[in-house]
Amino acid sequence: MQNSCAHCCTKIEDLGVDFGARPVLEGVNLHLNCKELLALIGPNGAGKTTLLRAILGEIPYSGKINFLVRSAQKQRPAIGYVPQKLIFDPDSPISVLDLVAASIRRCPVWMGVRRAVREEAKESLKKFSADGLMHRRIGELSGGELQRVFLAMAMNPVPDLLLLDEPLSAVDVNGLSLFYDIVTDLKKEYDISIIMATHDLAGIAPHADRMVLMNRSIIAEGTPAEVFRDKLMLETFQLSLWNISSLKND
Amino acid sequence: MIENYYRIIEAIFPFGWAHYVFMKNALIAIIFIAPLFALLGTLVVGKRMAFFSDVLGHSALTGIALGVIFGLREPFWAMLAFMVVLSVLINLFKGLTQASSDTVLGVFFAVTVALGVVILSKGAGFNKFTVYLIGDILAVSREQIYWLMGITVGVLWYWMFFGNNLMLISVNPALARARGIRVFWMETSFVIVLAVIVAISIRLIGILMVNSLLILPAAAARNLANNVREYTLLSILISLISGISGLILSFYLGTATGATIVLFCAGFYLVAALGAKLWRGR
Repeated sequence: MQNSCAHCCTKIEDLGVDFGARPVLEGVNLHLNCKELLALIGPNGAGKTTLLRAILGEIPYSGKINFLVRSAQKQRPAIGYVPQKLIFDPDSPISVLDLVAASIRRCPVWMGVRRAVREEAKESLKKFSADGLMHRRIGELSGGELQRVFLAMAMNPVPDLLLLDEPLSAVDVNGLSLFYDIVTDLKKEYDISIIMATHDLAGIAPHADRMVLMNRSIIAEGTPAEVFRDKLMLETFQLSLWNISSLKND
Repeated sequence: MIENYYRIIEAIFPFGWAHYVFMKNALIAIIFIAPLFALLGTLVVGKRMAFFSDVLGHSALTGIALGVIFGLREPFWAMLAFMVVLSVLINLFKGLTQASSDTVLGVFFAVTVALGVVILSKGAGFNKFTVYLIGDILAVSREQIYWLMGITVGVLWYWMFFGNNLMLISVNPALARARGIRVFWMETSFVIVLAVIVAISIRLIGILMVNSLLILPAAAARNLANNVREYTLLSILISLISGISGLILSFYLGTATGATIVLFCAGFYLVAALGAKLWRGR
């Protein structure tokens, strides 16, 4: 944990989610401070996305999710969300500017985007090296470009909690390192907590403060190095010792 | 008030058809209906709700049938109430079941159409309801025109306030929810607005044609537009040009107006789709 301000945090207590009779998540306890990047790892179907959806308030859950935001107990903090890979029709007529403008202002984009809004959208996108994409249609963007646009949207206004749901599943190698650099900068620059669900174990390890291995409930938790040493981690991902030594981040 | 519109129409269109009051009324109705359909159609297409709006259109049969059962002389209110309730129910049901929305809609489609036909065909009386199938915009009344004007103002207001939210939901509901948008209520309000517009237009456009008027202008515009503004304005333009051309041509050919308008829209779609393919080399 680095530079935690200790006054803002997300506390998840005994969280459970059922889809019908089938428990998808049970007994999840998590405590996340600000300026902390928590990597959520686990096999497909482990409930990573479900946990993020519960935090977003998208699905009903049992247990408690409490947010303490800048010394004020809030029921709902500002949450920034970057979804999993989204596929748009190539002929989808929504431009990047439309998307960003619609998310920062009420004035309807179908009537055109005013200059002031356009400037603000450009500034938002610029921080994520995406200002050059402003007039492109979202269906034409690559996976990495799209995720940078979503990240720019999620960070305007600056949220208390940033949820990244496997944001790298459609991103190429160059996009990966750019994305990690951006997320690390965000953590340093702002008082936000970040939860990132990912399959990219090697990529996330140097950047994450904590790592949580889950499969319906939390199996292992700690620094990436601690989690990689866990016996269950080896079983879950069938990693060899050689893999582990290359992943360690002491 | 409407006499002023008549004078404007006669000045713009100094042709034989414009001397008839029923044609002038139909033209005014189209000038109001076409942009509404285009506006709502942009989202119907964007949210892949074409089948939903088709079910909504066909459910008018059951609405009319319910009106008949309740002994109403004009089944409009029963139809409107039924379509609003049905659209809300489908929206609710979509979230409750694991089945694909295609299947859910297919079930609603089958039940509403069958129920409507069974009730209306009792005693071989279906024939008198065929006007609802193909519609008759030439029979539009002044009262209906005033309704359309009022509703146009209402929908424009709705779109000014909620257009952005609806667009974000169409991109990704979770993304919209994270931005504080009440996705369920927004979607519910949208299907209610859609149900009201479709119900009001059924008598004019016809059950069989109403969905085409929603889908085709937006589908055509998608091929040409680079942003939401162009998409919306092109949809409205295509819808208006098709509406006015279809009305005039149907007058001279003696054909059903709704269907003639739809053929114009389809022409626009074909030209736009082929044009975009050639232009972008896709």
